[in-house]
Amino acid sequence: MTASTPILAGKRGLVMGVANDKSIAWGIAKACAAHGAELAFTYQGEPLLKRVRPLAESIGVSKLLDCDVMDGDSMDRAFDDLKETWGGLDFVVHAIAYSDKDELKGLYVDTSAENFKNTMMVSCYSFTDVCRRARPLLNTGGSLLTMSYYGAEQVMPHYNVMGVAKAALEASVRYLANDLGPEAVRVNAISAGPIRTLAASGIGDFRFILKWNEYNAPLRRNVTTDEVGNAAVYLLSDLSSGVTGEVHHVDSGYHTVGMVAPDSAPQIIDLLGGFKSAKPAG
Amino acid sequence: MSDVAERVKKIVVEHLGVEESKVTENASFIDDLGADSLDTVELVMAFEEEFQCEIPDDAAEKILTVKDAIAFINEHTK
Repeated sequence: MTASTPILAGKRGLVMGVANDKSIAWGIAKACAAHGAELAFTYQGEPLLKRVRPLAESIGVSKLLDCDVMDGDSMDRAFDDLKETWGGLDFVVHAIAYSDKDELKGLYVDTSAENFKNTMMVSCYSFTDVCRRARPLLNTGGSLLTMSYYGAEQVMPHYNVMGVAKAALEASVRYLANDLGPEAVRVNAISAGPIRTLAASGIGDFRFILKWNEYNAPLRRNVTTDEVGNAAVYLLSDLSSGVTGEVHHVDSGYHTVGMVAPDSAPQIIDLLGGFKSAKPAG
Repeated sequence: MSDVAERVKKIVVEHLGVEESKVTENASFIDDLGADSLDTVELVMAFEEEFQCEIPDDAAEKILTVKDAIAFINEHTK
């Protein structure tokens, strides 16, 4: 490989979880396409196809697969299609999560059994299922990537059951990495800082969380989906051939700090002064 | 105040791809402008970004028309 060969040239990847141009999966897809990968997208039903199709076309992606990760038949169809048309696969990006937004506020202790199960199935198990289905298709050097958040490691306001699911997801990344490592397949996660996406719109006090990260992270700003995309290119490419079972933080360094940044104190005081919790009244 | 109305209408026109003449103050996003449920979430996000404010879920659920959006923003921004 010469320096001018794109990093992902000759690689084929499936990207799951593009909803609109704010999606983290879209930032990753753009970066992968820019670095030479050939991509397929999954989408969940007609309302999302309407959004995903123009984005896909804008970067030359024509393979769009209708796929609901909770529907075994639709997962079968998507992976059968890849097997028939591509034969092999080099990477998968999984950027899918779900929880009832009524439980992304208030107390974790009040989580219902039904939402706990749904959240775990969509946000954690679906990645394991995707890995299992991708396994026979993956070429040597294959790379599987999922998305996590710091709420998996430390308590974040309102993240609740999603934090528990992300903790399970991160643990599953380590088990999957160990299962698939002997086959030369790597499994990693990116723990991205907070980003305003359609999914994040369900999280209470999100603007406060964004500001808090901006004022306290070492880089004193939030990250963009393009930055997550660039980190993903590294994890999906052979540049990271020695890396597996890793949770890579793309969060302006927020996870390393232990207390409020003193130089940001005036802004933080201002933020706290105007803060009204989204905790429901009564 | 009229500036807010102009900016709201511009966002609606761009996001929903509808003609400006259809975006009257009484127009309902879903019934008159063809928005689906994801569009309404995306519109609220676009308003939050444009006007640097937070529109909580319970308020967002009540923003059904162009007028509702303008009224909320006028009330919650300076």
